[in-house]
Amino acid sequence: MTDTKDTSAQPPAWQAILRGLGPRGLLPKIGAPLLALAISLLITMGLLRLTGADPISAIQGMIDYGTTENSIVDILNRATRYYLSAVAVAIGFRMGLLNIGVDGQYRLAAMLAAALGGAVVLPAPFGQMLVIVAAMLVGGLWAAIAGILKVTRGVSEVLSTIMLNAIATGLIAYLLNDQRLAEERPGSNNVATAAIPESGRVGPLNGFLSSLGIDLPGQVYGLLPVAIVVGVVFWVVINHTRFGFDLRISGLSPSAAQASGVSAKRMVVVTMIASGAVAGLIGMPELLGASYEYSLNFPAGLGFTGITVALLGRNHPLGIAFAALLFAFLDQTSDVLQEVDVPKEIVGVMQGIVVLTVVIVYELVRRWEIRSQQRAVASELATGHDLAKEGTS
Amino acid sequence: MRLGVKSTLVAVTGAALMLGASACGGAKTTSGGDDGGDKKTIKVGLAFDIGGRGDQSFNDSAAAGLDKAKADFNVQTEDISAKPDEPDADKEARLKLLAGKGYQVVIGVGFAYTNAVNKVAKDYPNTKFLVVDADQCKVEGANVLGACFAEAQGSYLVGAAAALKSKTGTVGFIGGVNVPLIHKFYAGYKAGAEKAKPGIKVLPAKYLTQPPNFEGFQNPALGTEAAKGQLDQNADVIYHAAGGAGIGVIKTVAAAKKWAIGVDSDQYNQPAVAEAKEQILTSMLKRVDVAVYDFIKSVGDGTFKSGTKQFDLSNDGVGYAPTGGKVDDIKTQLDDLKKQIVDGKIQVPAK
Repeated sequence: MTDTKDTSAQPPAWQAILRGLGPRGLLPKIGAPLLALAISLLITMGLLRLTGADPISAIQGMIDYGTTENSIVDILNRATRYYLSAVAVAIGFRMGLLNIGVDGQYRLAAMLAAALGGAVVLPAPFGQMLVIVAAMLVGGLWAAIAGILKVTRGVSEVLSTIMLNAIATGLIAYLLNDQRLAEERPGSNNVATAAIPESGRVGPLNGFLSSLGIDLPGQVYGLLPVAIVVGVVFWVVINHTRFGFDLRISGLSPSAAQASGVSAKRMVVVTMIASGAVAGLIGMPELLGASYEYSLNFPAGLGFTGITVALLGRNHPLGIAFAALLFAFLDQTSDVLQEVDVPKEIVGVMQGIVVLTVVIVYELVRRWEIRSQQRAVASELATGHDLAKEGTS
Repeated sequence: MRLGVKSTLVAVTGAALMLGASACGGAKTTSGGDDGGDKKTIKVGLAFDIGGRGDQSFNDSAAAGLDKAKADFNVQTEDISAKPDEPDADKEARLKLLAGKGYQVVIGVGFAYTNAVNKVAKDYPNTKFLVVDADQCKVEGANVLGACFAEAQGSYLVGAAAALKSKTGTVGFIGGVNVPLIHKFYAGYKAGAEKAKPGIKVLPAKYLTQPPNFEGFQNPALGTEAAKGQLDQNADVIYHAAGGAGIGVIKTVAAAKKWAIGVDSDQYNQPAVAEAKEQILTSMLKRVDVAVYDFIKSVGDGTFKSGTKQFDLSNDGVGYAPTGGKVDDIKTQLDDLKKQIVDGKIQVPAK
């Protein structure tokens, strides 16, 4: 009897993996990711060896290139995009909602916000705010469709968000046309919204960083701090507010949440909107800080990267930050691998290995911890009660 | 629990999708070092747009030029592909990586490299840059060359060939991705068909995918479906501008014993569609390989000139392929049209 009770109290493995449940003790918390990284590094080196390359020089080459100042800037910018995307995904994960639609949400949001920013000229802080708020609104509303479909018609959000991705792609293709939202550019192979005027842009962060004594070349996204703010807000809301509690509880046990007065339907819609609103931010650093327009060259597919980064980061704001930086580093340095005759596809393999090892190691460590706790409890019970002692021996 | 398995599956699939998307091709090859030490080795770096080597089309054409240069001159080459989720900054980083490693010749394939090359070229004045398909045919800098192609002109001629060969009076067009570049192919094709045979019915262009989904340049199954659709609408000549997806178009059209028109390279000679080659009427040639080869050659022999270079009918930078002899009977008409375009008597619309 006690046995079944114990297992039912533990969420099944997939839920634990998805929600980012891991070991609770401090030592395993730090040790598990390090162990996972060490294991994945070993596997990767073995693979590099198999492809005929020298693993040491390959990884050395990646580190050398990845630590040049130019690369650091690109890695920071890349990580900013990954981070926002992963947080958007993690908000859903925390409640057991799989928002696969982050990709469509951020692209549609960026496109419409870019068109708005190119058409409306407002003085300095208001133009930027208008674009950002518009993007969050569009992202949130687009995600809300999936939420509403789920609570009213019982449509799985997995299916509806995937469909909405396709619809967003079609919608963008329809609107990004010089008879509609795009600008006329004779003879161009590109098609883009009107550029956001000077006053509506966000300057690079380099000036601020150099006042701190960090001099970097290129342009660090001016909106990088937004990612940090989003991470902090995510952490506070999830862990220290009624809403966050409701969200986690709804995810862990919908029936328990219902019983304690949490409206599951409302939570689904609100969570989807929150996830979509953060998704709306993904394109903003690039739009306001680098490209100033939405064109065919606008980065695509970030929503899918976010799913992997969120899994790797265990849906924890800090974990996601490390995961985003790691993935950004790997992607940034993939070009350099060819120096040592390694096809850059190996980076995709590396990323897969890292995610799998982290997921597996976390789960193993978590189980080991649970078992050792149970043993500890059992032995304490055993010393405390004669009856139990008789029973165990 | 059932939902659980499903969710995990989806999460894992999503992760796999993402990983698949981020894994792009790339290869490094060195050769040409054996034919003598009298000449200095030129190091050529080539950066592809998404798709990369093996797309059976545009990128492969650039790769062919690179490989030919490698065979003819003393050059060392490296090529790198792009990722779909990258902004301009990554293209700049890629070009800087190549230029910084001492490649004297750096080539960006695809209009997406235009801005990146313009920026990076300033920092590396001793490196020569080429942008294939330079956007709006504009580049900046004394060390930059932009290659522009009049795709519409070549498409005009194959459009005329399609109209002249059609028995049903209906011809079709399948474009890979709905982007302005492919619109040019359709505009020229339609105009050429209507000029050669007034009253011909040119089916509305069928685009396989919408950006940023570039599968329409890669997935032959999409081409197959679209070709069936146009055959059902009575088209008996179908022109594709769909890269690797066009293989599906050609095979399907050939199986129905109708005419297919190839694109970019002379597809009559392409091994991937060898079984269908007798049904390939002609191909619209876009000599990206010539642009790449000539550029490397010009740097090698010191005749490099910056600015832009137009590849059109007048210098055979675009054209139609007569291989297989399927268009021999209408050659005089096509060449007459060609002459009129070169002389400026016919203005080919590009939109």
